[in-house]
Formats: sequence, structure tokens, C-alpha cells
Amino acid sequence: MRPEPLIEAAGLAAGYGGAPAISGVEFALAAGQTLALLGPNGGGKTTLLRAVLGELRPVAGTLCVGAACGTVPQTERSRLDYPVSALEVAMMGTLSQLPWWRRPGRAEREAAARALDRVGLRSLADETFGRLSGGQRQRVLIARALVQAAGVLLLDEPFSGLDRPSAEGLEALIVELAGEGRGVVIATHDLEQARSCDLVLCINGRQVACGRPEQVLADVSVLEATYGGAIVEIPGSEGRAILPPHHHHH
Amino acid sequence: MLQPLQEPFMQRALVEVTLVGAAGGALGCWIVFYGLSYAAESLAHSIFPGLVLAAIAGVPLLLGAAPAIVLAALAIALCARIAGVSREAAVAVVVTTMFGLGVLLALSPRSPPGVESLLFGDVFGATNADVATAAGLAVVVAVGLRLLHGQLLIAGFDRGAARSLGVSVPFADAALLVLLAAGTVVAVQGLGNLLVVAVFVGPAAAARRLSSRMLPMMALAAGLAVLAGVAGLYLSYYAGTAGGASVALAIVAVYLLSLPLGRLARANRPSEGYDRRMTEPEPST
Repeated sequence: MRPEPLIEAAGLAAGYGGAPAISGVEFALAAGQTLALLGPNGGGKTTLLRAVLGELRPVAGTLCVGAACGTVPQTERSRLDYPVSALEVAMMGTLSQLPWWRRPGRAEREAAARALDRVGLRSLADETFGRLSGGQRQRVLIARALVQAAGVLLLDEPFSGLDRPSAEGLEALIVELAGEGRGVVIATHDLEQARSCDLVLCINGRQVACGRPEQVLADVSVLEATYGGAIVEIPGSEGRAILPPHHHHH
Repeated sequence: MLQPLQEPFMQRALVEVTLVGAAGGALGCWIVFYGLSYAAESLAHSIFPGLVLAAIAGVPLLLGAAPAIVLAALAIALCARIAGVSREAAVAVVVTTMFGLGVLLALSPRSPPGVESLLFGDVFGATNADVATAAGLAVVVAVGLRLLHGQLLIAGFDRGAARSLGVSVPFADAALLVLLAAGTVVAVQGLGNLLVVAVFVGPAAAARRLSSRMLPMMALAAGLAVLAGVAGLYLSYYAGTAGGASVALAIVAVYLLSLPLGRLARANRPSEGYDRRMTEPEPST
């Protein structure tokens, strides 16, 4: 018996009024699975994440999300001077569970501290969020999602700008969190990262392909359709290391 | 030092700047982080015609200011909906229109003398009713900020994720603007139309340099605003300068002082002496 999927999209189209930014999206994500969302800038990755979050309503098709979603966005640089500690950011995840007149108290503080511990940042709980490194900031936002008791984690370019050890540590954490029965969606430019996910969904305005990485990524025509044909193959890598053209700017 | 305290007008003025300063300073921290400094200034200018009409009719200024600020807010919202008109342009158009209307009314033969006190404030003319209104404002702002704290913190930090965290960004924005409008119509009586923005922006900007957590920053901004208010009144009392302008200048002085103090505070925090962000490459945005 297959478990009920956490996210299920069928013929999904969504956008911001006018022509839909994405269409024909079909996938099902089960508990414990990770899904890499591949596509160029402006290809609709963020639009799909926003639809899953419930910020955009489908203009066609259906989208069922069977769990609370915690989102791990990229931090805008303008917010790096925001006057909050790592613990306070994690505590933001408790607000929706409190009645409107109550402020977070000791129980919420402890829940946030536990979540920071879980992502390996207990010692930095009192550090200002903007002073943390990029990888640490991602972990704090993951802690916030854990405090929310999110069954689905949505990560937007989580590895962007991280050095290799940070990225590997973060990847291990994501695998662990998925292993505990969460569904994880990772929007990424990085084909190597995508290879280690359970599923890959290629999107470029419309869905190009969806399936297991070894099938989807083996097909060069899929990558050409996803990135508009302008992909660069790294010589001597036997076709495994293919960089999309937008790798270093978005 | 104590002699001015014997004067009832000085007593009322001191209570007025304390209440307005505490409320304006704390509220100002959110204004600064929400990028609403320009909006705060615009709101203040746009209530000028309401103030003039109230002065002509001889009713409390609040009765003119409140409808004017609502009218301005609605006009801005409407203009911003016109295709090709940015929000900033809409604000500029509405504010100049409203302010110009106020000047027309102020220069009409029927307007009473002393209109300049609407522009520059008349903090020493505060009546008991004005002080009571300021006390009401301080309570409203304190309760409002207390109830909204979590929502404002989230919506200001991360607008994209706010909804999934149970926060409505439009509600948080609107609630903050309502508090700002309430603060403006009360504070404008003491500080005047042209100077009132100082109490929202100056102390908060100074506190931002000295503190890296929201609640301490709000407390500090409130304290600095009160301090500057009292210093401004004393300056005005002894130097014979205009009350509202003296307070505004004292606020500017507080901000200027915060610049070297902020650098000092940063240097003394060892964990913040270097920028840890630099140890990892920045996102390639």
C-alpha cells in the first residue's frame, strides 16, 4: 500500500494574473522523500514554491498539500541588520500556535532552543541572525520550520553561496530530516545536489520532466529543454557534471 | 534646573514631550525597519489642511487632523492603483496637494492669527486636554505594540514566509500605519507639522546604532526621545528659542552623538569585532 502523498499536484498552473508562470505541473511527494526543483531563473521555481505554500492559488489543475509547510527562503541582504537573535528567529515558528494576545513564554523559548540544538546551533542561539554565516542562517530558518512542526520543508536555493563543508553539512541535515518522515522540496541550480534527491522536477515555465534523477538527468534533451539549450558540459567529466548557464547569478 | 518646573506651562510641556517621546520613540523603531520614514513625514504634512480648518472653526486640532489623515491615506491608496503611478509618486502628489490646500486655507483672510504654530508646533501651549490626549496615545501605542510585537517582528523580517507563520502582512502593515497616524495627529500639536517626523525617526535611528535586539532598541529609543524632549524644552526655556524646533534639534543632536557611541559599542563587543559573514562566500545573488 502506498502512503498518502504529502504534496500532490495534477495539471497545476499558477501565476500572478495574466499568463500562468508555470503550467502542467504533475508530481507527488511522499513522506520521507526529497524533491529537487530544477530550472532556470524565471523558470517558475519560486512560483511553484509559493503555490505549495498557499500564497498563490492554482489557476488550473489541483494541488493538495497534506501537511504544514515551513519555508526556508534566502535571506535578503537588506535584512541582515534586523535586530533578532537566532533564538528569536526560531521562536517565530511558535506564533501561529499561540492565541493572539499571548507572547511566547518559556515553553516556546525551550521549543526554539531544542530546534536550534537539532540543527547544531545551540551555542549560537544568542547571536544576531545577520552575523551568522550563510549556512548557519539556513539552519536557523530550518529550526524555525521545525518549531512550526512543519511536515513539508521548502528550501529556496539553500546551497547557494555556501562553501563545500557547509553545503555537505546542510545536505546531511536535510537527509536526516526527511528520514524522520518529512517531505522536502529543494529549489536548486545544482545538478549534483539534484542527483542525490529522490525525485527531480525540471521546470521552465511548464513542467519538462519529473522522475527519479537517474532517469531524468540522464536525458540531455530534458536538460536542454529546462535550461534553453545553453548548457555547458565540463570536459572530461563523462557527461556527469553539467552546469546550467545561470549557475553563478540570479 | 528646578526653577522652570514651577511654571505650569513648563510642567505640561514636560509631561507632553515625555508621553509623546516615549510613544514616538518606541513606535519609531518599527517605522525605521519598515522603511516608513518617508511615509511618516508625508502623513504629517498631509494633515495640514485639517489642522488649519480646525483652527478656523475653533475646535480641537485632533478633530481636524484625524479626518485629514484618513483622507490622505485613502487618496494615496487610490492614486497608487492608477497604472504607471508608483507608490512613491502617489504619496508625493497627495502630500503636495494636501499641504498646498492647507497653505491656501492658512493664507485666507478668515484664518486666525498664529497659523505658524501649526507648522512649527506650540509645545508650551499644551493644555490639560492635550496632555490627556498624549497620555491616551501613549497607552494605545503601548498596548498596540505589545499585541502586535510578534506579527510585526515576523512581517518585517521575512515577508515571504510570514503567511506560513500565521501572520498577515497586509494586516501588520495597516496596523502599523494606523498607530503611526494616531501618533502623528497627537504629536503634531507639540512639534508642529514640519518637525513631528523627528520624534519618530531620530531616536529610533540612534537606538538602532546602539542596540541589536528589538525590545532593548525600542526602550532605548523611547528613553532617548524623552531625554531629547526634556533637553529641548530646557534649551528653549533658557535660550528663548522656539519649543518645537529646540526639541527637534535636540533629537538631531542625540542622533549625531549615537554615531561615535555606536562605533564604540561595536568595537567593545568581541564577538562582533569582526564580521563573521565574511568567513563564508556570499550568496551569488
